[in-house]
Amino acid sequence: MNASAFTGWGGTPRSVGHAAPFTTSADANAVLTAAGPRGVIGRGLGRSYGDAAQNAGGAVAESTQGASILDWQPETGSVALHAGVTIDQLMRWALPRGFFVPVIPGTRHVTIGGAIAADIHGKNHHHDGTFGRHVESMVLCAPSATQRLTPSMALFGATTGGMGLTGLIAEATVRLHPVETAYVTVDTERAPDLDALLRNMTDHDDDYRYSVAWVDLLASGRSLGRGVLTSGDHAPRDALTPRLRRRALHFAPSVRAGVPVLPMSVLAPPVIAAFNEFWYRKAPAHRRGEVQSITEFFHPLDQLAGWNHLYGRRGFLQYQFVVPNDETACLEKIVERLAGTGAPSFLAVLKRFGPANDAPLSFPIAGWTLTVDVPAHPELASVLRQLDHLVTDAGGRVYLAKDSRLDPSVLPTMYPRLDEWRLLRNEADPDGIMTSDLDRRLNLSGRHCDAHSTRATATRTAPGTAAP
Amino acid sequence: MNDAFGNPQTVLVLGGNSDIARAIIDRLAARGVQRVILATPDADGLRARLAADPLPIDHVVVEKWDARDADHHEQFIDDMAKVHGDVDVVICAVGTLGHHSGITTPSSTVDDSIRVNFSGPAATLVAVARRLVEQGHGKIVVLSSVAGERPRRSNFVYGSAKAGLDAFAQGLTDAVVGSGVTIHVIRPGFVRSKMTEGLPEAPFTTDVGVVADAVIDALASDRSSTRWVPARLRVMFIGVRHLPRPVWRRIAGDR
Repeated sequence: MNASAFTGWGGTPRSVGHAAPFTTSADANAVLTAAGPRGVIGRGLGRSYGDAAQNAGGAVAESTQGASILDWQPETGSVALHAGVTIDQLMRWALPRGFFVPVIPGTRHVTIGGAIAADIHGKNHHHDGTFGRHVESMVLCAPSATQRLTPSMALFGATTGGMGLTGLIAEATVRLHPVETAYVTVDTERAPDLDALLRNMTDHDDDYRYSVAWVDLLASGRSLGRGVLTSGDHAPRDALTPRLRRRALHFAPSVRAGVPVLPMSVLAPPVIAAFNEFWYRKAPAHRRGEVQSITEFFHPLDQLAGWNHLYGRRGFLQYQFVVPNDETACLEKIVERLAGTGAPSFLAVLKRFGPANDAPLSFPIAGWTLTVDVPAHPELASVLRQLDHLVTDAGGRVYLAKDSRLDPSVLPTMYPRLDEWRLLRNEADPDGIMTSDLDRRLNLSGRHCDAHSTRATATRTAPGTAAP
Repeated sequence: MNDAFGNPQTVLVLGGNSDIARAIIDRLAARGVQRVILATPDADGLRARLAADPLPIDHVVVEKWDARDADHHEQFIDDMAKVHGDVDVVICAVGTLGHHSGITTPSSTVDDSIRVNFSGPAATLVAVARRLVEQGHGKIVVLSSVAGERPRRSNFVYGSAKAGLDAFAQGLTDAVVGSGVTIHVIRPGFVRSKMTEGLPEAPFTTDVGVVADAVIDALASDRSSTRWVPARLRVMFIGVRHLPRPVWRRIAGDR
């Protein structure tokens, strides 16, 4: 085991743990058995923005080495694989066979294990739900036992969105869905303000499998919340030009450019303002049926390797929250707030979620989810804390896979089924071996020193403690 | 844990009664710190002070810790870890200026000053560093002083002790490279505080708030650093460090 520094995709915060690679469930169990007092967390490609896949002073079980596809049922589209297989790997394998990964996030560079642990969503959440819905079974190496979990089991739900804290996922069987081509037909609609954007999404989301809007968070006044809505469906063969039709299922995405590690952020507010203006103007006011490649539509940023370096050494963080459908007033207030702080966000994405699933810690609930990238500038800390309260008051929550700064006291309000999840988690891991920096920071598992237990010990060790 | 902004959740202050520490804690409170452990020899006195002027933090714990108590430093840090879990930031703000009277200073006073300003904090900090390396993350802030950089007739006992602590902290920084732990050495000039009350002010005199701001700035960084407060002292001392002693004596005067 080697001591190495780990961070999330945002580059902050950093901690040092011991890398312990695993591929099979036997490997995973060996890592669990060797666990020291600082425990174990699984890690895939480290694309969680915050500290979910790092474990200061403990073991970080890395899943990607040697991960491969194990078995395949061409009739049903079910594929069994190691949890360290990446969505990129799976897409390259499945598309030529006429299948598509049922849920893909904004990057192909996540593992199946990570996709389950964060119960990720994509542009098709309103249509297909989260990744967990498409998992037929998985092999979970929990400290208490290794077992194959199926969706009807409570531990399956606790592991889906469980941030890796129920055990190491070694294998999964995922149901792919058939496609005719590796292309998407896309409709684009420009909206001059937030109202128009929300109305458009409410009215037309259900007509498409995929739908997402980019929002210009630097626009203010009458243009507040202006944006571009793109919606799409898998292109049937007929929609392609004869030239494309010959290689309808061809998928070989490439990286166009890389960003080196930069000492400071190049994303100054004027740069982003100029980019946003360009991006808004570039979008057609109204366009139907454009054929786009999968990369263009789903993963434009994957063409720029290491784009997280654009924010410089200080790093950045992503703030993603969801509020229920009828809380558009709250959403507007937050957009206004973000536009008002001039928080330069060159990635602001709005999406309408469909209904929630039954996993206790799964993030998506029916409603509006907004995702913004902001530099890790200390002044933004208090702004985000205020946004947390607006979100909580509206019955919403923030996404733990993105988080690196939430106040732990709001967690039980945001995730009201936390206690139920903790019981299931404790059953799978009675000695508290599974842990991460995220877990320590938010006391997700309920096993770390939280405010309540400190108070109890404080009175015991230091009578007369001054606590106002 | 420290969050993405470098804001800690749990902070331990060695020398919890210090004015500079208080200014730092006030700033961390505004940034959402949840637990502060104040270690001081006069725990009851500090509790009384806090009762009159409370900190805006939910969980404030005052612990008895005396820099002179060499046998208990390791135990103290072990206990802290057991009771409070991970400590994200440790601030070493302990120190006494003492009364300097040149060669008439009693030997026992010299000995005590070195214990309180150097050997006590150093012995504790090595245990702190061990603990933080074990937990894989953490930040240590050591309040040094320009007095350690160029001691004078009027402060050489304090100055030499700070020089020792400063050198110790720099070496400790090298010892924790790559461990996830960072160390920030802060070298303030003359700071208006209860420690310097009644003393004539030196050039570039500064306030506790300015020192605290420098500490907050250091905590936002993920690399170890040495900071002078005010920052222009760094440039000034490039020259001062090399002045011949007779010239320095004249400039430093007899304060």
